Amino acid sequence: MRPLEERQPTLAVYKFASCDGCQLSLLDCEDELLAVAGAIQIANFPEASREVLPGPYDVVLVEGSITTPHDEERIHDIRRAAGVLITIGACATAGGIQALRNWKDVDDFVNIVYANPQYIETLETSTPISDHVDVDLELRGCPIDKGQLVEVIAAYLQGRKPTIPTYSVCVECKRRGTPCVMVKGTPCLGPVTQAGCNGLCPAYDRGCFGCFGPMESPNTAALADQWHALGIPANRISEAFRSFNAWSGAFREESDRWEERSPV
Amino acid sequence: MVRPVVELDREGIDRLIAQLGDSGFTVIAPTLSDGTISHGPISSSQDLPVGWTEVQDAGTYRLTRREDDALFGYAVGPHSWKRFLHPPEVVVWQGDGGMTPLDLAPPPRYAFFGVRPCEMAAISIQDKVFLDSGFSDDVYRSRRTDAFIVEVECYEPGGTCFCASMGTGPGAVEGADLVVSEILDDEHRFVVRAGSDAGEEVLAALGAAEAETDVIAAAEQVVADAAARMGRTLDTDGLRAALTAQAQSERWDEIAARCLTCANCTMACPTCFCAGIDDSLSLDGAVATRTRRWDSCFGLEFSYIHGGSLRTSAASRYRQWITHKLSTWWDQFGSSGCVGCGRCITWCPVGIDITAEATAMLAEARSEEAS
Ligand code: SF4
Ligand code: SF4
Ligand code: SF4
Repeated sequence: MRPLEERQPTLAVYKFASCDGCQLSLLDCEDELLAVAGAIQIANFPEASREVLPGPYDVVLVEGSITTPHDEERIHDIRRAAGVLITIGACATAGGIQALRNWKDVDDFVNIVYANPQYIETLETSTPISDHVDVDLELRGCPIDKGQLVEVIAAYLQGRKPTIPTYSVCVECKRRGTPCVMVKGTPCLGPVTQAGCNGLCPAYDRGCFGCFGPMESPNTAALADQWHALGIPANRISEAFRSFNAWSGAFREESDRWEERSPV
Repeated sequence: MVRPVVELDREGIDRLIAQLGDSGFTVIAPTLSDGTISHGPISSSQDLPVGWTEVQDAGTYRLTRREDDALFGYAVGPHSWKRFLHPPEVVVWQGDGGMTPLDLAPPPRYAFFGVRPCEMAAISIQDKVFLDSGFSDDVYRSRRTDAFIVEVECYEPGGTCFCASMGTGPGAVEGADLVVSEILDDEHRFVVRAGSDAGEEVLAALGAAEAETDVIAAAEQVVADAAARMGRTLDTDGLRAALTAQAQSERWDEIAARCLTCANCTMACPTCFCAGIDDSLSLDGAVATRTRRWDSCFGLEFSYIHGGSLRTSAASRYRQWITHKLSTWWDQFGSSGCVGCGRCITWCPVGIDITAEATAMLAEARSEEAS
């Protein structure tokens, strides 16, 4: 491959166990992508174009979690042929909603769901990409925020550090001018969740669902105690932490703690 | 100098609002929104939260009805006036490829109608920070210089208010163009005092009758009664030294076990002024933009220097915040950084109470000193 100064950088997008929503965010960047079209070559993105150029690729976006033995091999091949590898979305960065299987026996699901379970080859767990290969940057969210994706691509092209905050959703609520729903009585995961959605749910009078996973210093125990004080039973607290980012550090530990205390 | 004092009825208040609007001000006042008393544009007293009040306590806020038609029968809401003077997000510079700055839209001329005494004190504190501490901030100055402030005295302190302890209310403090006192007797009257030349001009144009001494006395009584009904108190005697003396206290860890490091307290606080700068470039590289956004000492990035963040523990971040508010602000700006508005108490999702934490630290310092 010619050195980067003499050609456009190439972009590839890969999918593992996921719903495609994050890749669609990329397609949804149409206007912004037109601006980059001259600066970056989309070399391998089956959702956007049938044309696939051979690797290696300068920037690789990976969506989805690792759930099969085949996935485990494939991600290593992708890593070997990637310059910068960026994982996008809760599945790729935390294992996704499908990581709920990690608390159960996966064979039970296989037997219920498939008519011929003998053809199914799957792993016991759904795990984030970073459990398997080195990842250069993780973009959180279920789905990711389109603005953050554009920011990362722009930062790459301009050779600077992307601005991706790691503080709480509360900061976005306050900047946006949303009066705190938690203080008005609605339990909210915002204080322990990383910003990125621009405080979307509280702006519609809903508590935050934790789509962007744990913030930089998540005190999940203190927040859960406050939920309990607001009258939320232990099993519901456990379930709240166990959604799109169920398998990520602080959320996973907190959900386990309250599961043990269930059903009070 | 003796400034004029007039008496108005509600219709007079409406004329005052209309007059400010006619003179080109965007009149912003407390309004009902999102289940709270926030701030919004108004064109008459009908747009105010007439007959509403709220119940506030640590980590809780509920709107409720009053039994009268009071215009100002509530305390402070979730947002402070800093939203307008020190906006949460503002483009401070924008330029094209040739580095020519692009013109940014000028801010509106605001009239703030219904600024509480603690909020007036907070604005004066931010004036000091942004205008009088050795440099002048363009963003703040362009919004503050022509702003017209109508201060309203308090007679219904909230459950988390402690301005009486901080010397910032419930009676008016200096700095406003006009000061309004509402008297909820059968006549439902308002005493309006001028506090500046601009305020005097507005009153003169309004052509209202001078207030009688008994009405002025009634307005003073209302404020005196309110001072006795504060939701919270704070003993500030020796507090400034106590907080720095307790820097190594184990209590900070105990607070940290409860604190979410969510930053709500700093964002809600009317005096907290910290902001971060983000530079960005449009994808085609044609336009560079510098944006200023509210930032907080509760974030890790805030204390990030080469090699890492200085304040990694929640204990060190809470300590930084409360010590700055109540102690080191004196060293830096010659006043307290807290005006006792109670927002950080009400709007903390887990109800951490600055008065309770400061009181505990003070008690600890006093007992260590005694032993
Ligand atoms: S609504 Fe939720 S995210 Fe927003 S400030 Fe309150 S607790 Fe934080
Ligand atoms: S520290 Fe708390 S009580 Fe004091 S001015 Fe700030 S928000 Fe109000
Ligand atoms: S004191 Fe309360 S509002 Fe402030 S950071 Fe801690 S939990 Fe958040």
